[in-house]
Amino acid sequence: MKKRKVAGIFLSLMLSAGMMAGCGGAKDTGSAGSGGQGASGDTIKIGANLELSGGTASYGQSAGQGIDLAVEEINKNGGINGKKLEVVKVDNKSDPAESTNAAIKLTSQEKVTAIIGPATSGAVLAESDIATDSKTVVITPSGTNTQITVGEDGKVKDYMFRTCFIDPFQGTVAANFASKELKVSNAAIFADNASDYAKGLAAAFEKTFTGNGGKIVAKEAYVAKDTDFRATLTRIKAANPDFIFIPGYYEEVGLIIKQAREMGIQAPLMGGDGWDSPTLVELAGKDALNNAYTIAHYASDDPDPKIKDFVKAFEAKYSGKSPNGFNALGYDSVYFLADGLKRAGDLEPVKIKDALAQTKDLPLVSGKFTVDEQHNPIKAATILKYENGTQKFAAKINP
Amino acid sequence: MEIVQQIINGISLGSIYALIALGYTMVYGIIKLINFAHGDVFMVGAFVGFYSITVMGLSFFPALLLAMIICAIFGVLIERIAYKPLRNATRIAALITAIGVSLFIEYGTIYVRGAQPEAYPAGVLPSKSFEILGVTINSQSILILGVSVALMIILQFIVHKTKTGKAMRAVSYDAEAARLMGINVDNTISATFAIGSALAGAAGVIFGIYYVKIEPLMGIIPGLKAFVAAVLGGIGIIPGAMVGGLVLGVVESLVSAVGYSLWRDGVAFVVLILILIFRPSGLFGKNIREKV
Repeated sequence: MKKRKVAGIFLSLMLSAGMMAGCGGAKDTGSAGSGGQGASGDTIKIGANLELSGGTASYGQSAGQGIDLAVEEINKNGGINGKKLEVVKVDNKSDPAESTNAAIKLTSQEKVTAIIGPATSGAVLAESDIATDSKTVVITPSGTNTQITVGEDGKVKDYMFRTCFIDPFQGTVAANFASKELKVSNAAIFADNASDYAKGLAAAFEKTFTGNGGKIVAKEAYVAKDTDFRATLTRIKAANPDFIFIPGYYEEVGLIIKQAREMGIQAPLMGGDGWDSPTLVELAGKDALNNAYTIAHYASDDPDPKIKDFVKAFEAKYSGKSPNGFNALGYDSVYFLADGLKRAGDLEPVKIKDALAQTKDLPLVSGKFTVDEQHNPIKAATILKYENGTQKFAAKINP
Repeated sequence: MEIVQQIINGISLGSIYALIALGYTMVYGIIKLINFAHGDVFMVGAFVGFYSITVMGLSFFPALLLAMIICAIFGVLIERIAYKPLRNATRIAALITAIGVSLFIEYGTIYVRGAQPEAYPAGVLPSKSFEILGVTINSQSILILGVSVALMIILQFIVHKTKTGKAMRAVSYDAEAARLMGINVDNTISATFAIGSALAGAAGVIFGIYYVKIEPLMGIIPGLKAFVAAVLGGIGIIPGAMVGGLVLGVVESLVSAVGYSLWRDGVAFVVLILILIFRPSGLFGKNIREKV
């Protein structure tokens, strides 16, 4: 009996040692991509690590459509310094661990020059170490978490860039809109406790809103994948807020809005770009969404001619489908990268990242674009209002 | 009035747990198997209901009926293909098979239609909120509670007043003796799976209408909660599953009501642990000997 036990311990030790060795091996292949950059012949390979399936597939698929359109346009106009762009798409299944795998695949097997995506912050954070180790430039179209470009130690991550504005900025915009445009003095926050994105927005909203003289009367949280919010909404209703800020992703927010309106909560509701999906309207229902606002990177009914051209090209390619914010950001990410590649001259990773960091006043669909020292863009934010289930341009707020 | 509102919230949630828990408890009662694929039958029911409403254009009751019928057939298939060959195997083998079947259904569904969520169309049932003494009640929750209670009453009738029900009770009491008395044990077990799965299918449609969002992995958490509810009431005991489901729903709502909404799922499993330590046979485990 004793012998068997010893043998068992020995076996399990062997097993775990084997597993560790396996992990080490995986890491090695991950960093082996360094130096192996560049393109073969006349094409520049760009990786797209996107949420093509899973819970936030709507963002990844939308960004992918924007990327495809931009690449098609650039190649039609002669490519970049004579070279055509080639996109390699990998599905990260809306899962951070899969996002890491996708990044390993793109950097070590496909040897791409740059990666666009993923669309959500958690998934981008999961690939950032691999990208940095292999000196591959990453541009996330819509990952708004601050830590994507600036590490916990406060140092800027050299190879990480983004096309969208950052979390605190969205929370700040929402708070300013609530206290200055809607003139409310007390608000409630109902945030997704499992997402860095929602927590970042909530913190910035609270800071700016209380700074404007407002009062937070209720602060509640939920966890992604919840379906029943009635109990917590009953508590919020009892606090009687004039405004409810709900940072989170569309899957839960849609249900929250529906259940809130069913329970007789009539206050204006507002959230960030995580709301931007047609699924939100399906889940919440058109009526429930009246008196709800969201922050967006762009509005398709914005009268700006640059936006009008983009909408026209997009509708022509995708049989009349009107582009959403993620489409626009995916599209802009390619142009942001293309501009950097042009100025870098060749495909040396260091030159590319320096060129991207120096981007200034680049006219893009989601606004005139300047990169600050923390690799965040400085540009305007758009406030949209839901009317009968469709988003209408309501206001533009400058930084 | 907030507390009354919270209890009403809890009862709506609990009646869905109860419907799923009934299937768990019936199957356990008859072949002593925790059918972990039960939560996924619930998911299949939600999707059948969704497609019959959106694609075939059925209204609520026909969709509910269709989901129940398809889930009943599905449940019998699962039993015949996966569990019947293991009838005389060890219980752990059957349990592991159940987990395998569960994963197979979940990822099979993702393979067939993808992982993206689907929204039940609005307006299948009239949704109207009204206030009584400061408590907001939605017409949908009343109808859902009504359908759940009606299904439970029909189930009680089947188990206690019909020949099949009598056979089910006999097999659960002693399968060998029942076989000697001329009862077709295999058919009776299939009937139990059919009824349990039909209830799960109904719960799926009700869940879809009430909570709108459905997706291929939606069965996991409600399935586990329903398992807790079944154990809470005393596994193998039908009224126990109903009460267990309702109690669990109300407990979860009250946990959120005092401001610990993030602890809600944790509390459900703490309840399971406490029951297993202090009253392993469940709330109803002692006096009622009739098991199905």
